[in-house]
Amino acid sequence: MSTANKTSKGLLGTKLGMTQVWDENNKLIPVTVIEITPNVVTQIRTAEVDGYSAVQIAAGQIDPRKVTKPAAGHFDKAGVTPRRHLTEVRTADAADYTLGQELTAEGVFEAGQLVDVVGTSKGKGTAGVMKRHNFKGVSASHGSHRNHRKPGSIGASSTPSRVFKGMRMAGRMGAERVTVMNLKVQAIDAEKGLILVKGAVPGARGRLVFVRTAVKGA
Amino acid sequence: MHILDAVDAANLRTDIPAFRAGDTVKVHVNIIEGSRSRVQVFQGVVIRLSGEGIRETFTVRKVSFQVGVERIFPLHSPVIDHIEVVTRGDVRRAKLYYLRDLRGKKAKIKEKRDNH
Repeated sequence: MSTANKTSKGLLGTKLGMTQVWDENNKLIPVTVIEITPNVVTQIRTAEVDGYSAVQIAAGQIDPRKVTKPAAGHFDKAGVTPRRHLTEVRTADAADYTLGQELTAEGVFEAGQLVDVVGTSKGKGTAGVMKRHNFKGVSASHGSHRNHRKPGSIGASSTPSRVFKGMRMAGRMGAERVTVMNLKVQAIDAEKGLILVKGAVPGARGRLVFVRTAVKGA
Repeated sequence: MHILDAVDAANLRTDIPAFRAGDTVKVHVNIIEGSRSRVQVFQGVVIRLSGEGIRETFTVRKVSFQVGVERIFPLHSPVIDHIEVVTRGDVRRAKLYYLRDLRGKKAKIKEKRDNH
């Protein structure tokens, strides 16, 4: 199914951290708490004008002095106060939304459904191959000397006389966009604007996450 | 994690009596078998309290047919019907792992005497 005729919903939120709750069968469930302050619709993309159908949503507080003139004008057009974060949700039913409409957690998601959570993973800095690519390293003994965490061979000799592109090596790790798919919504606290998602989501506490209906889940 | 205290507060139990390592407790456990539900009692010595807040757990050890059995309960678990403190033990540590290596009379814990 192409994205052109698929409907999906999504909201921006903040990861608050993890805790645990008991479900109706008294099973202990690890959950991540995501705070969703009401998102607003800032623009509606239509196939005629933009070539695709989507809703642009915004969330988060921002000091009005920090908003650039073009951004301020964009928010003004939608009739909302400026927000910090903007994102688009590709959906076929974009026409059902209205400019400036407020979207809340309980209006978009329901307990029991599957969602995808997109976030920025924690940065690990420069990391070796064992941490970054799960290499096994070199033996602890049997004559190994000062090479316990090294990658070993990275290729053959005079043929090809070079290292192939994409060879997994040490380098910057983390701080990249990560999507975790098909997490179950355990509960929704409409009053506080919290959703409890079963399992872990990428990133540190307090970081921005994007929650959307599962694209691959049943 | 204080930011999530409000989320945890909904699941915290207030009906749990205070007890510590060394105490002998009866834990009444709700067991659901199909549609029937009954209460099973697990009696033993608390050898450890661990964690805090909603994550707090305690370990109860008993010797059943010469076999040591330990069961770990989340303190705020809805599985627990109620907890009865049978005796207060007189112990000098918070974790009583040494009981695992003792048997018979040596594994007995003195009862705490309340003489102020």
